[in-house]
Amino acid sequence: MKFGIVTFPGSNCDYDSYAAVKFVLGQEAVFLWHKSESLESCDVIILPGGFSYGDYLRSGAIARFSPIMKSVERFARSGGIVIGICNGFQVLVESGLLPGALMRNAHLRFSCKHVYLKIENYDTPFTGVCPPGKTLKIPIAHGDGNYYNFQPELEKLKNKAQVLFTYATVDGNVVPEANPNGSLMNIAGITNREGNILGMMPHPERAVEKILGSDDGLHIFNSLVACFEKRPAKAG
Amino acid sequence: MNKKKAIIYVRLKDGVLDPQGKTIAQAMGNMGYDEFSSVRSGRFFELECESRPDLDKRIDEVCRRLLSNPVIETYRVEMIS
Repeated sequence: MKFGIVTFPGSNCDYDSYAAVKFVLGQEAVFLWHKSESLESCDVIILPGGFSYGDYLRSGAIARFSPIMKSVERFARSGGIVIGICNGFQVLVESGLLPGALMRNAHLRFSCKHVYLKIENYDTPFTGVCPPGKTLKIPIAHGDGNYYNFQPELEKLKNKAQVLFTYATVDGNVVPEANPNGSLMNIAGITNREGNILGMMPHPERAVEKILGSDDGLHIFNSLVACFEKRPAKAG
Repeated sequence: MNKKKAIIYVRLKDGVLDPQGKTIAQAMGNMGYDEFSSVRSGRFFELECESRPDLDKRIDEVCRRLLSNPVIETYRVEMIS
């Protein structure tokens, strides 16, 4: 299984993602340069964290017009698996591949800490083999992670099971105290309606070995691998 | 001359929380300016434009596609000849 990790100018989690996929997961990984238009037959595309284009204008607003994003959009709209992590999530909402917007954290501070994620839907390529009923301990590191959308849209997200991860207590209680940035409904990650595009603010690639403080992020990567063993598909 | 200037103001839609504006309002209060009960912050762009027949449409397009995020922001354009 081949993962493609997009490098924008200012990406800084591309190597973390690469290491997680290649050395921990033991799968094939390649970097995809933002100026290229080829996805090199990858099965999964990762838009990594960082500060693409210095977060100028709005986080992700300029990266979404990169040449590679044309191919990523085409791939995503035809059912290809795409994961946007942190800045990658911001790129996905700016490009319209995922609904809503990511605004400045409500408290205006950069948040960098471990959080607990409640898994709201186990029937996705990203969560299929996650341990049922258990929260995931995964770090966040962002200044613009405050998920916003209008009320009718939020209801739709909820009704269509598109809310995948919410900020919760270790026991899985989704309460305001567990919300690190002011996100509506404690949203930490969402999918598109078809379920093949995931955007999440927390960094699963930074939680893949016990020595990093948690290896819960591996459940997400393992889910992808398990899913692909059942359903292979290739990007152009 | 054929050059025009477009002044573009981008701001958050009404009802969208503006934590920066709120913090600025608080700072004003702390400084003794109690009369400013609310602040909404925004962005401002000045574009030098070559004149062309569909300029207004092009400006509108770039505002929607790049300069603003239509999910949370609105914009207003002023033209200066």
